[in-house]
Amino acid sequence: METAAARQPAISLEGVFKSFRSGSETVNAVDGVDLAIEQGEFFSLLGPSGCGKTTTMRMIAGFEEPTRGVVRLNGRDVTGVPANRRDVNMVFQSYALFPHMNVADNVAFGLKRKGVAKGEIGRRVGEMLELVELGHRAKHRPAQLSGGQQQRVALARALVNQPAALLLDEPLGALDLKLRQAMQVELKRIQREVGITFVYVTHDQGEALTMSDRIAVMNHGRVEQLGTPAQVYERPATRFVADFIGTSNLVKGTVLGESGGVWRVEVADGATALLADLPEALAAQGPGAVGSAVYLTVRPEKIGIGAERPGEGVSAVPGTVTETVYLGSATHYQVDIGGGESVTVYLQNSSDSALAAGRGDHVWLSWPAHHSYPLLA
Amino acid sequence: MSATFDTEDRTATGPRPPEARVRRRIDWGRWYTWAVLAWLFAPILFMIAFSFNDPAGRHNITWQGFTLKWYANAFAYPDLNQAMFNSVTIALLTMVIAGVLGTLLGMALGRYTFRGKQLTNLVMFAAISAPEVVLGAALLSTFLMLNITTGYWTTVIAHVMFCVSFVAITVRARVITLDPSLEEAARDLGAGPWQTFRLVTLPMLFPAVMAGGLLAFALSIDDYIITTFVSGDVNTFPLWIWGATRVGIPPQVNVMGTLLFAVGLTMAVINIIAARRRA
Repeated sequence: METAAARQPAISLEGVFKSFRSGSETVNAVDGVDLAIEQGEFFSLLGPSGCGKTTTMRMIAGFEEPTRGVVRLNGRDVTGVPANRRDVNMVFQSYALFPHMNVADNVAFGLKRKGVAKGEIGRRVGEMLELVELGHRAKHRPAQLSGGQQQRVALARALVNQPAALLLDEPLGALDLKLRQAMQVELKRIQREVGITFVYVTHDQGEALTMSDRIAVMNHGRVEQLGTPAQVYERPATRFVADFIGTSNLVKGTVLGESGGVWRVEVADGATALLADLPEALAAQGPGAVGSAVYLTVRPEKIGIGAERPGEGVSAVPGTVTETVYLGSATHYQVDIGGGESVTVYLQNSSDSALAAGRGDHVWLSWPAHHSYPLLA
Repeated sequence: MSATFDTEDRTATGPRPPEARVRRRIDWGRWYTWAVLAWLFAPILFMIAFSFNDPAGRHNITWQGFTLKWYANAFAYPDLNQAMFNSVTIALLTMVIAGVLGTLLGMALGRYTFRGKQLTNLVMFAAISAPEVVLGAALLSTFLMLNITTGYWTTVIAHVMFCVSFVAITVRARVITLDPSLEEAARDLGAGPWQTFRLVTLPMLFPAVMAGGLLAFALSIDDYIITTFVSGDVNTFPLWIWGATRVGIPPQVNVMGTLLFAVGLTMAVINIIAARRRA
């Protein structure tokens, strides 16, 4: 029984839809989501506002019921089970601490509802407050605490119940940058220590990349890509993901042909870029893919700049530097490659290099085939 | 402008302290504040003062001398006592009934969208803004039409009717400012709907419920116009005073008024202190 439960995903969503009525229109906030979130995983739902990430989380919590589909916790179907009888707890964006109770009473709230013995409540609340380093604040009211401290009380109040999963709804959104970064590290530490599954909703791609084991990038109520931070960053599956996560160059091109397992793509003004593979839909056509339009993406930090035309075996695109931005550790360049397309390049300012190029310089951009990925046009 | 420069110059060179200029200028804001407060409290101060007056004739309208005898026999008029008793119990009943109904109404209006919400708002506004004479006459004709004998309970019903809107509006204002995730947090932590209400919603709304209830009490206990239509042969404190004006109001009325004011003041202070402690 124990092992069977452990092998189940902590949370699974099966064909989940959620539509809201707004006036006479029906809006699909969540439009067919399938997810399996593993035990002990730090899982992020990432996307812009209105992408359905919060609604998805609220369906896991039990605040919304799916219009269609099934929600499972540890394999058990909880669709239709009210929030107070689901074994998940949530950290709210506004923290939602009860202002009329002190910190200890806030944290004890869930245990009291479960009818845990008084002595044990006191012990567990004490332990949990120690974990979030707020033991000395137990008798304070939430209003007497700083934002970061309130945040940790909210975390303690949810974690003390040892839920099957902890849901966090943009919990760091209200904190300033320094505190946010400190809390990111803190959250990760706490998650490692308690070993509970974390589901983290955020629109901040940096936050998702630093903390998550896996990320589901959402847009228009659908999961655009599911993968590890490295996968979604290095190999964005769709134009949206490429655009939303980090900075990405998206260059339009036409497939020229294949040689030695590498596809050549003509980009603006007749330059040739290389692709290690084509989108599945095009690759399936084989030679018939020649002449098809593709989008090619390449991250700004993968591109090199040189004055000379690079050798064979790499993408080589000529262009004119239109802008340079010096940032201390790195310099950012905008390079016009013709055809109305502009490419962003990030270069580290290593000790021995002067600026690689100045404004108005004609340069060659180059990158290895395996650093650019195709997206369907 | 030039005066300012002048003073600053002098300050710079030394001998005069800078307050000299401030002290010479009349602080109109402060005088205005005191004037408003005096204007507000004058009637109450007169009422309290004349509860200690020793009038020569039947009319307690000119200051004659200090006495405590009216306090010693404050309850010398049995029908005044009865009227006072009626007023207080009616006001308490109104406070409780309008308090409960108004709280539920305020929560519904502040939290949910439902059919007839705008109509409810309109009716509430109408109940507040309609002239009391009109309301009283309408209530009376309603009771007559329904063949209900007017008296104590019709007075309670009428008072609840015009007080419930005040409670509802006070509570609604509070509900709107409440973070809805507070209740979700309670549910999330395992509280059922009733526990959520008892442990989270009601404590958060309590200052507003209390303020609304006190307002209902205050509105009820001194209502004259509506009461005169619907109270039948039941006498209340304001009705008794009005009746007594023709023969001269005894100083006991001032005594009772003063006591009532003291009670009201105490309750208001307690509410403020409690609210401050909760915040």
